[in-house]
Order: sequence, then structure tokens, then C-alpha cells
Amino acid sequence: MSSAVEPRGWAKTALHVNGWLVYLFFYAPIVLLVLFSFSESRNVGKWGGFTLDWYQQFFDSSNARGALSNSVKIALIVTLISVILGTMAALSLERFTFRGKKVFDALLYLPIIIPDVTMAVMLLLFFGQFYDVIEAVFGIQMRKGFGSISISHIAFNISFVSVVVRARLAGMSTDLEEAAVDLYASRWKAFRYVTFPQILPGIAGGALLAMTLSLDDVVITQFVSGPGWTTLPVYVFGLIRKGVTPLINAVSVVMLLASMLLVVLSLIAQRSRRTG
Amino acid sequence: MGKESDSPAPPLEATPEFEKAAQRKESRRGFLLALPSYLYLVIFFVLPLVIVLVYSFATRNRFGGTDLSGWNFDSYERIAEPIVRTILYRSLWLAFLTTLICLVIAYPFAYFLTTRRPLIRNVMLVFVMIPFWTNFLVRNYAWRVILGNDGPFTKVTEFLGLGTNELLFSQKAVVLGLVYGYLPFMILPLYAAIERIDGRLIEASRDLYGSGWQSFRHVLLPLSMPGVIAGSILVFVPSLGAYVTPEILGGAKTTFLGSYIVTQFLTARNWPFGAALSFVLMAVMLVTTIIYFRKGGRTL
Repeated sequence: MSSAVEPRGWAKTALHVNGWLVYLFFYAPIVLLVLFSFSESRNVGKWGGFTLDWYQQFFDSSNARGALSNSVKIALIVTLISVILGTMAALSLERFTFRGKKVFDALLYLPIIIPDVTMAVMLLLFFGQFYDVIEAVFGIQMRKGFGSISISHIAFNISFVSVVVRARLAGMSTDLEEAAVDLYASRWKAFRYVTFPQILPGIAGGALLAMTLSLDDVVITQFVSGPGWTTLPVYVFGLIRKGVTPLINAVSVVMLLASMLLVVLSLIAQRSRRTG
Repeated sequence: MGKESDSPAPPLEATPEFEKAAQRKESRRGFLLALPSYLYLVIFFVLPLVIVLVYSFATRNRFGGTDLSGWNFDSYERIAEPIVRTILYRSLWLAFLTTLICLVIAYPFAYFLTTRRPLIRNVMLVFVMIPFWTNFLVRNYAWRVILGNDGPFTKVTEFLGLGTNELLFSQKAVVLGLVYGYLPFMILPLYAAIERIDGRLIEASRDLYGSGWQSFRHVLLPLSMPGVIAGSILVFVPSLGAYVTPEILGGAKTTFLGSYIVTQFLTARNWPFGAALSFVLMAVMLVTTIIYFRKGGRTL
């Protein structure tokens, strides 16, 4: 693909300046936040000498550590289930025709475009009713926490995983799969030895994306988490609303680095396209 | 693969019945693959949606609970009240402003990307993708630190002789936070749309003595319209439903539709009204997206 026409004169300069300003806008706040997380000053936006105290405080705080471990537990289970369900959904949509396919396709799009707040409200009301029904039928009293948060995260992550895996499947020719079937491979074997290795980068990319989204979610989690059982972003959000402290800077940087690392890994996985 | 248990099947004649049976089997396979996620989404997405709809017609009782019997339109009628209308108009206006600012920044940027060599372009794209998926809460919090009292931004304004800044907790700060949060949502679809345009069309318009502006207005812009619309939806909808940003960067006069909905659930305990508002928010989203897909847009 040939590059687009580059304008000349002042327009060219303006494009370049705008380009660098956008990157400055994106990254300056992040860099400053990281910088201030090492500042000794009690004022969050002021430099007062280098220290690691705030990180120490974070790892000493049992509340923060508990929230962190909750976040990780949820992210792992959510990723596992969403990857399995999302990949199956992607395969069914890219490789088969069946009744109700169009409805399913549209339904899969909804969790991606629906505003966070709406989905949070939906799930809050749902679990209110759902747990009542379970108590009435099975006599088990369930509390919001691990279960409700995981279920909610999977509900939006299936869609994200399936989008990523579908992109991979769509860009892949069916020749090899057909050849395998022609050579009397069973459907399962054709999938296991031909399709699966080819879409693996897509699956890995989807998995890391699902994990990132699960680790980052605030709004939905806040609505479906129970008293005393919450994730790190919701814990931090609560702290911010009470007032900013250097401790929040440190926790933020930890969260920031975790999600950046996962995103970069996800991009690398998805980009190893031409090697499969 | 050593021992193969499934021996080659005997050749079958491709009779119409056989073809049909094979097709039905394929279709059933596809359906079975879709079934788990289909069921999951019906139970944990469609059902909750229906429950919200039911709640929006219910009545709040004196104890802050909800009576599900006796459906009525009271909650929807409340949307016409002046306070609610103010919040609604304000959210629409600020979300529109956010979208416009994103568009003005992102369009030249996306075009700039397409003029780069493929290798550099990919690197530049990665650096747009990183903030795209990086923790939204933290990215908004960073602005709280920057704009705060004695923060770096005040240092800059004082240096420029503009005095201390009073951006934090204002509508401007919220728009700034939203633009910061959603700018990648505008850049990526715009880039995808502009990248697909044949550069020769622009060259042709210039060869035919079109000015730069004319080439943009009559060639580039119409051809990139799908990207403009997709990006605008992706920025406008979440801005309208914003909750985290106004909560962190906003003050008393910056209640958004999103934060107002949350208030109905977590503090005011008027669930039917909150449900009605969420439904309005979702209706806006659905209408804009459907129009977009009807007009020939394919991906968001």
C-alpha cells in the first residue's frame, strides 16, 4: 500500500507538530505520575526528594494487598473462561452458518459498545434478583463478591476475545483446513493440528486483552462487588474519592505498569501474524 | 501420528439428500459451538437488560425499595423535570464538545500516520494502542495530580504569569479528562478509514488544480466519513455515560448523566428512576449505532 500524499509547506509542519503534541499529551501525564510516585513530599504533585516509602506502604497495607490478590484471582479465572467461550463463538461465526447466527453476532457486539454505567446497573439489578431466586430455590444464601464480579467480567470479555480471534480467522485462508479434511482428518483433528496453531496468536492476544480489561474495570465491579470483597481498582477509586495521597500515586503506577505490560504482550502476540 | 483408528470412510455418493444431511450436520456443529456463549449472554446480558426495563416502569416505595407491581411511566416523566433536563443537556453538550475536540486533534494525526513509512507507522500505532488499553482510572487520576494545588500545571501557569490555575473540579477539567481518555477511540477508526483511501485520488485532485482545502473537502473527507462517524460514536457514547472522569476531575457543577445514574442507585436509592435513565442512555447508543450500520458502516 502506497503512503498517502504528504502535504507541503505550512500544512506539513502543522501535521508534524500536531503529531508530536499528541504523543506529548498521551505520555507526559503518565511520566509525571510515575515521577511523583517516588517523591517524598506529602503533596501529591510536588517533588520532595526520592523515596520508595509509598511503595513500601502499599505492600504493607493488608487492605491493598487483599484487593490486589482478589484482582489477580478474578483476572485469571475470567481470562480462562472468556478465552474458551470467546474462541468457540469466533469459530462458529467465521466458519459455520446456522440459524440465529445474525442475532448472535449482534448480541456479541452489544457488551462492547454499551456504556459501562448501563451494564453496571443491569448486573446490579440482575444479581439482586438472581441471588433471591437461588435462595428461594436452593436455600443457599450467596453474597456478592468473587462470583458476581467474575460472571460480570466474563459477560463483557467473551465479546472482546471473540473480536480478536475473529480478526485472525478472517485473515486466514481455509485452504489448509480443507486440505486436512480432504485427507480424512476428523473435524477435531483438523482443528487441533491445523486451525488451532494458526489462530493461537489471536487467542493469546485475546487472553491478554481480557486479563487487562478485567484488571482495569472499575464501574461494573463497583456495582457487583460486596462489602469487604473488592478489587484493586475499586479500592483505589474509593481512596481517590476520599482525597488524594502519595500512596495512591504508588498504587496507580503499579496498576499502570501491569496493564501496559499486558497490552504490549497482547500486541506482540497479535502481530506475530506471518509466522504461523 | 502413529496409529490412526479412524480408517478412511468409504466413498459416498453426493446425492442431494446426502448433501442436505451434511449441511444440516455442519449447521448443528456451528450452533453447538455458539451455544455456550449464546446461553451465557442471554442469561447474564439479555436477562439483566429485561430486568432494567421492568424496573424502569416500577415505583420506588417509602423505604427506598422498589415495588415491582403497578407499572407506570412516572420515571420516564421525571426526565422532563428541570433538574434532570439540565443534567441531560449538559451531558449532551459536554459529550459533543469532547467528540469535536477529539475529531479536530485526531483527524490530522491519523492522516499524518498514513503518510509515514509502514515500519514507522506500526511503531507509532503501537504507541497509540498502549494508552488505548491502559488503565482508564489511573490515566484520569494522573490529571488530578497534574492539575491539583501546587501541581505541575500551576507551576506552568505561574511561570507564564497567569496565576494559579483553577481548572480542577470544573467542566473544562472533565472535558480534558474525557478527551485524554477517549482520543485513541477516535484515532484508530479514523486511521483505518484514511489508510484505505487510494492516495492517487488526492494526487489527481491536486493535478486538476484543486487547492489543498478543496482536495480535503471534496475527496479526503467524504471518503473517510465512515471513520469519522465510527470514531464519533466511540467517543460520544462513553462520554455521555461518563462516571469515573467527572467523579475524579469534576466538581458540583459537572454531574454527568452517568454519574447521575450512579447516584440514583448508590445514594438516592431511586432504582426505577435510575433504570429509566440507563435505558435512555442505552437508547442513544443503540440509535446512533444502528444508523451507522444502516449507512453502510461495517466495523466499529
